[in-house]
Amino acid sequence: MISPDKGFTIGQLTEAKACCEPTPHLSVQNLSINYHQKTVLDNVNLDIYKGCITALIGPSGCGKTSFLSALNRMLDMTTGATVSGQVTFNGENIYKSDKDLLQLRRRVGMIFQKPNPFPLSIYRNLALPLKEIGIKNKQLIEHKIETVLKEVGLWEEVHHQLDMTATKLSGGQQQRLCIARALVLQPEVLLMDEPCSALDPISSAVVEDLIVSLRGRYTVVIVTHNLAQAKRVANYAAFFWMQERVGKLIEFGRSQNLFEQPQNTLTAAFIDGRKG
Amino acid sequence: MAEHLFQFVIWCVALLVLMVLLWLVYGLLDHGLAKLSFEFLLSEPQNAGRDGGIISILVATLLILAVTLLAALPLGLASAVWLAEFTATHHFWARKVRLALDVMAGVPSIVFGLFGYAFFGIFMGMGFSVLSGGLTLACMILPVFIRTCEIGLRGVNNSWRQGAAALGMPKIKAVWYILLPAAMPAISAGLILGIGRATAETAALMFTSGYVDRMPESVMDSGRALSVHIYDLSMNVTGGDAAAQASALLLLMIIIVLNMLAYAVTDLWLGRRLSNDLA
Ligand SMILES: Nc1ncnc2c1ncn2[C@@H]1O[C@H](COP(=O)(O)OP(=O)(O)OP(=O)(O)O)[C@@H](O)[C@H]1O
Ligand SMILES: [Mg+2]
Repeated sequence: MISPDKGFTIGQLTEAKACCEPTPHLSVQNLSINYHQKTVLDNVNLDIYKGCITALIGPSGCGKTSFLSALNRMLDMTTGATVSGQVTFNGENIYKSDKDLLQLRRRVGMIFQKPNPFPLSIYRNLALPLKEIGIKNKQLIEHKIETVLKEVGLWEEVHHQLDMTATKLSGGQQQRLCIARALVLQPEVLLMDEPCSALDPISSAVVEDLIVSLRGRYTVVIVTHNLAQAKRVANYAAFFWMQERVGKLIEFGRSQNLFEQPQNTLTAAFIDGRKG
Repeated sequence: MAEHLFQFVIWCVALLVLMVLLWLVYGLLDHGLAKLSFEFLLSEPQNAGRDGGIISILVATLLILAVTLLAALPLGLASAVWLAEFTATHHFWARKVRLALDVMAGVPSIVFGLFGYAFFGIFMGMGFSVLSGGLTLACMILPVFIRTCEIGLRGVNNSWRQGAAALGMPKIKAVWYILLPAAMPAISAGLILGIGRATAETAALMFTSGYVDRMPESVMDSGRALSVHIYDLSMNVTGGDAAAQASALLLLMIIIVLNMLAYAVTDLWLGRRLSNDLA
């Protein structure tokens, strides 16, 4: 069992000890986000460490989703959203003007709050992104699909009905399929926006175990309203809060430190449930 | 009390409308059913359509509709995709195009006929031909078809758009593989209604595909559509009433079937949208 405080190596990434020797994978500098000139997140500086799970916590409306979707530039799809500052990923600012967004989003995958499998068969849900990156060989596609379905623990449940429409799966299965669909492209980073909040407690626990099992092999950033969950899964935690109706990063650090010895009184109050 | 009266009036009006339809159907059945047979459907018209059947008319109608479909489907889908997926709602040109389409949807078909005659027939040199008629009909049904497809596409669950973008799929691929299939019921409903309208069209065809009741040999030949045939039999041919009634009965049956299809497909679409919203 991998523990956040023992060293472990990252599979597909470079062979670095992940959480004992933190190396920034995504580095956020002076990031501000505006919707129609109204600032919702102000001047965030933060490193997302390779192979670790970073949890983003904070009250509703403080800009967690906006921050997350700034990391793979999904925010570009929202009309009126503008971003200033830098996000460095693999030594390159993702906000430089000639950045290849398709390529970026294949390296930095995203999971949404509401599971969104395409209204196609389970097989096609996974084969479609592979075809897009130019993998045409049927055997290779089947092999990758099997691997990734095993990885998310869906293989046993669905291998005999891969041609079933994915929207017929249960909510928890759909969310695991969405995670599989992101993983099939072998991304480096996974961004998850409240991936368990639309699920029942049992499915939620299954997905949570799955997220923990990704540690070390992928860099995970997860937004969650469930502080107990953040505590259980995260190596690092970032606490956002609204000050004068503008979201700010208040505290960032080792998850254990942040939850047990918060440095900021706001953090302490939020964790105790006195605020937020 | 006032409410009861109001309800009574509404019921009466509804029944009246239904009566008109039933009376129409009854009239057609009474005069046309005896004549409508396989032999009638499968033989050539003779004696200006008084005798014989309507096989050449049916073939011409099908050819015209095929041309209409082949032209309207790709053009309509491409325009709808551009309007729904590649322009913001308040995009300057998109708004102009939408306005133009909505105006065009209200233009009387005779105007399309004159335009088709001038543009396809004379300017493009197609003369009186199936091709010219089909293309004119395509212009006529495009506005409504494009708007139906656009609305269908806009109704597709936005989370699939996001999901595809988050996987680094180019937008056009997401449209092709996910959004268009998801909007299929709306697209089919729009298409069936369009085809229904095209099948019933007379004015736009008289100047474009023409009157000739021979079997058309190619799409460059003139051909007489079913609706034109009915018009001609009842207005210009004495003694053509029975054939006109039988043809009209057939046309009415086709239109009813197409509309029922459109309803069924729309139901399917609404059902799917509701279940998506619940899931
Ligand atoms: N598309 C948008 N246009 C305008 N304002 C927006 C848009 N999306 C979000 N906002 C605003 O930005 C602020 C931050 O929103 P965001 O969704 O990032 O918060 P959040 O922390 O994810 O909240 P929650 O916990 O409820 O998901 C909110 O005040 C919200 O009203
Ligand atoms: Mg959110």
